[in-house]
Amino acid sequence: MHPIVSKSQLSPNVTRLVVEAPRIAEIRQPGQFVIVRRGPGAERIPLTIADVDRAAGTITLVIQAMGKSTHELTALQVGDAITDIAGPLGNPTELLDSGHAVCVGGGVGTAVVYPIAQALAARGVKVTSVIGGRSKEWVIYEDELRAAGDVVVCTDDGSYGRHGFVTEALKDLCEAGGIDEVFAVGPVPMMRACSELTRPYGVKTTVSLNAIMVDGTGMCGGCRVAIDAKTQYACVDGPEFDGHKVDFRQLADRLTTYREFEQAALERWQAAHAEAH
Amino acid sequence: MSDFSDRTDLTLADRLAAHLEPLPKKERMRIDRGSMPEQEALARAHNFAEVNLGYSEQLAIIEADRCLQCPKPYCIEGCPVAVNIPNFIRLLGEGNVKAAADSLLGDNALPCVTGRVCPQETQCEQVCLRAKTGKPVAIGYLERFVADWAIDHRDVFEAAHPAPTGKKVAIVGSGPAGLTAAGELTKRGHSVTIFEAFHAAGGVLIYGIPEFRLPKDIVQKEVDRLVADGVEIRPNSIIGKTYTLPELREQFDAIFVAVGAGLPVFMNVPGENFKGVYSANEYLTRVNLMGAYNPDSDTPILHGKRVAVVGGGNVAMDSVRTARRLGAAESVCVYRRSRDELPARREEVHHAEQEGVRFEFLTAPVEVLADDKGWVSGLKCVRMELGEPDASGRRRPVEIPGSGFVFECDMVVVAIGTRSNPLLTSTSPDLRVNKWGYIEIDDNLQTSMDGVFAGGDIVRGAATVILAMGDGKKAASNIDAYLRGEFGAARTEMAVAVSE
Repeated sequence: MHPIVSKSQLSPNVTRLVVEAPRIAEIRQPGQFVIVRRGPGAERIPLTIADVDRAAGTITLVIQAMGKSTHELTALQVGDAITDIAGPLGNPTELLDSGHAVCVGGGVGTAVVYPIAQALAARGVKVTSVIGGRSKEWVIYEDELRAAGDVVVCTDDGSYGRHGFVTEALKDLCEAGGIDEVFAVGPVPMMRACSELTRPYGVKTTVSLNAIMVDGTGMCGGCRVAIDAKTQYACVDGPEFDGHKVDFRQLADRLTTYREFEQAALERWQAAHAEAH
Repeated sequence: MSDFSDRTDLTLADRLAAHLEPLPKKERMRIDRGSMPEQEALARAHNFAEVNLGYSEQLAIIEADRCLQCPKPYCIEGCPVAVNIPNFIRLLGEGNVKAAADSLLGDNALPCVTGRVCPQETQCEQVCLRAKTGKPVAIGYLERFVADWAIDHRDVFEAAHPAPTGKKVAIVGSGPAGLTAAGELTKRGHSVTIFEAFHAAGGVLIYGIPEFRLPKDIVQKEVDRLVADGVEIRPNSIIGKTYTLPELREQFDAIFVAVGAGLPVFMNVPGENFKGVYSANEYLTRVNLMGAYNPDSDTPILHGKRVAVVGGGNVAMDSVRTARRLGAAESVCVYRRSRDELPARREEVHHAEQEGVRFEFLTAPVEVLADDKGWVSGLKCVRMELGEPDASGRRRPVEIPGSGFVFECDMVVVAIGTRSNPLLTSTSPDLRVNKWGYIEIDDNLQTSMDGVFAGGDIVRGAATVILAMGDGKKAASNIDAYLRGEFGAARTEMAVAVSE
């Protein structure tokens, strides 16, 4: 059991849970994830480890409430516990030793890119973060990323920071030149747009793929993604891949596999939840 | 001549009280093999309840009387874990089911499992003397009866308390090999900790083999029995990630690696990543471990209406029968060789056919087709004919030119085998593996790392539950010798012999 030691709401649908998981906190490296199963009957879902506190033996999970499983996780309170957390899984981020990295985060992906920015900064790499959201209230991890370097905030409605998409800010940085690598994590269309944008500039672009998984150890093959037209598993070969080689269309398509099921499950959950209140 | 027919009406308790004389051989030979009561085929094709219902007490006693109690029993040699079959059957026939259970459990840590999933027809029952002139004794059914009785009467068994040796053994993987080794090592007084990657113990017994063949509560009870005997199970512990094997080696006196062959093999044909294509591993794990057959489960599963399952082994049978239960109007097994080469157990093939599963033999997929939304719409196949025997001795399927056709379907399950998972081995630099990634072992199941033993599918490649259990039993015995210091000497001699 993994008790929740603190909880905070980062945006209207993104929640941060700090949970006890001493072994994972001890050995996790940036880029790795865990598989979480809330309790009996619950799904196994992959979640990135946004941060750790080794001394306290805790890990930070940042969860966007999308379907039933994520709604139930974000409904947990301090003192509640998550039954199963397995990991750390996936390969650690391959970190630059020097130079300039741009870390692009869209929505909840900002929490995934944060540990990468943090680790790069600790190695002396210059970090510029570009993060975005629909409007001001949807922007997360801004203060944390400022500790790693410059931050450009973009909002779709212009309510905060720069008006427009993260890709526009990324384009300006690419034009300015001197970028050694771009890390882009967020919704599939955003990662695809970032990868397409950097391609003509020849800037290495790494993306973190949120494919559907069951075990997270290579056993089910559900998370298969096409990289340079070759099938790889996001769980054991990734989760990070060269964005210029990813078949984003296939990834986006595979992510819709259970959409109907997820919608129905969410509606049932919301109905039951409404009755309970 | 005395009439023995009244004997069949006696209950176990009656028999035990009556101290019956053993039945003469001639009388034994007169008894026909009892059929396994089954759930009716059309009903069970739509539910996940167990197909085989198990012998009644009466059926079991009568069947026990069929055993000839051979002075030189071949059946024991035919059993990968060398269960003393005539002994437990004799005790059962005498009405002493408790003693029968003690005997069985002494030889086999998971009899509820093997009584259900072992291929007895190619092992103990194949060499049964009665098979020469008729049907063999139903050893598997009797094993199941005695094992289930033991599960239902746990309170009559005294917990064994072997003197603790103070030695700690780590077992990696809680499948049949790991659970068997855990039971054997605990009996010998060693402290056992099992590391399991999933959130629940049982390995292939819970994620792979479906409920209708092996109910999960049965597996859980077998696991509970081990836990009651002192085995510690650490779920969510992925060796190679959460801990490495060298790290474990520092903390334990010996290790048994039994992680199974974890990666699914795909066909490597175009279209395999369309929505609606599953590996059998994923399909069965969602349905079994995650309980997706139950509408209340949070884990989704696609309910194909026309399903093609590619492959001809037991995993293919489990998949094709599962698809039928999840509502497939047509669930078809596509196999590139003919019926005679099917690697699946005959009973599974028979059950599948009874449930309305169709077979497309001598058929090989060449492409998965999809509609404009990326959903599977068909499986393009070619017909095959059998040519010369290949390395496995089976006749090799050869494509018939111009035989291509499309099987329309909305789901494809690929059940053509597994390969080794490198998570553990790639983080154990001193652990030697072969070119396929399977762990290399010596005759004692010891790996290239001192005190680290391995068995089951991660050594053999995909095999059976009982062979994995046989490895678990043998490894436990060798680990015990290793821990008592009686193993090193023999090993050194062997090494010297090899180097000479």
